[in-house]
Amino acid sequence: MGLGPHAGFIWAAYGAVIVVLAGLIGWLVYDGRRQTRALADLEARGIKRRSAGG
Amino acid sequence: MATPTLTQRLANPTRFMELSGALLPWVSAAAAVLILYAMVLVFFVAPPDYQQGETVKIMYIHVPSAWLAMMGYGVVAASSFGLLVFRHPLADVSAKSAAPIGAAFTALALVTGSLWGKPMWGTYWVWDARLTSVLILFLLYLGLLALRSSIEDETTAGKLTAILALVGVAILPIIKFSVEWWNTLHQPSTGFTASVDPSMRTPLLVSAAGFTMLFFALHLKAMRNEILRRRVKAITMAEVERSTGAKARE
Repeated sequence: MGLGPHAGFIWAAYGAVIVVLAGLIGWLVYDGRRQTRALADLEARGIKRRSAGG
Repeated sequence: MATPTLTQRLANPTRFMELSGALLPWVSAAAAVLILYAMVLVFFVAPPDYQQGETVKIMYIHVPSAWLAMMGYGVVAASSFGLLVFRHPLADVSAKSAAPIGAAFTALALVTGSLWGKPMWGTYWVWDARLTSVLILFLLYLGLLALRSSIEDETTAGKLTAILALVGVAILPIIKFSVEWWNTLHQPSTGFTASVDPSMRTPLLVSAAGFTMLFFALHLKAMRNEILRRRVKAITMAEVERSTGAKARE
């Protein structure tokens, strides 16, 4: 697949999109796991939300 | 008693978590399929432009990024309005979650635009109205993020950020019409109109649809994370208060 004389600019642009979006997705997944674990830890210690019941 | 509206029903974070949990895999899958299909069209089907050559391929990611930079701010502004006027419980969660995602797409619009500008215009940057107004939008996003993180109280931070977001919404029409109001190097908008040949318009539309789905998937995920974070914070605070009260009674 030939991208012509400006191939470097094209790859750099697509590379930037991949890096930024992969970073964003990775951060959101990591943050979600961290919050879920923190909530599970609190509930394991018997500390629950008033609305959670039990 | 009147039947609650969809917005009222979604106002319950627990119900939102159930609904978003069911929706998120489907929205994510749709985004992945559409973006993959768009990339196949871009790299194996779409022809080079008669003037830009293969550099036109940057447009297939630049235009969706620029569109989502503005749509993201629209989501922040609409959510801020929902918080200040209707006091919707999820409005602040939505505004807070959309801001970093919108900032990321704005940064991508600026970077991909610069990487297209160098081979086409001979420069990475010019201070023309379109480029400058998008840079201001990016700085506005950074301002929202900085303001929120500088205030500890969640309610105050939400309200002040919402006010700034609504003041800043004036930038959206300026960006949109900058190419018509001023003499800019940036070409007028042709992105989704019939003036683009179907061989290029189809990959552009598929790419824009895929990136838009990705935005919604990221926003849903970020909102879910924020709700969990607030639950953790609320439980921890309640526990601290309970144990402090117990100690005081001893």
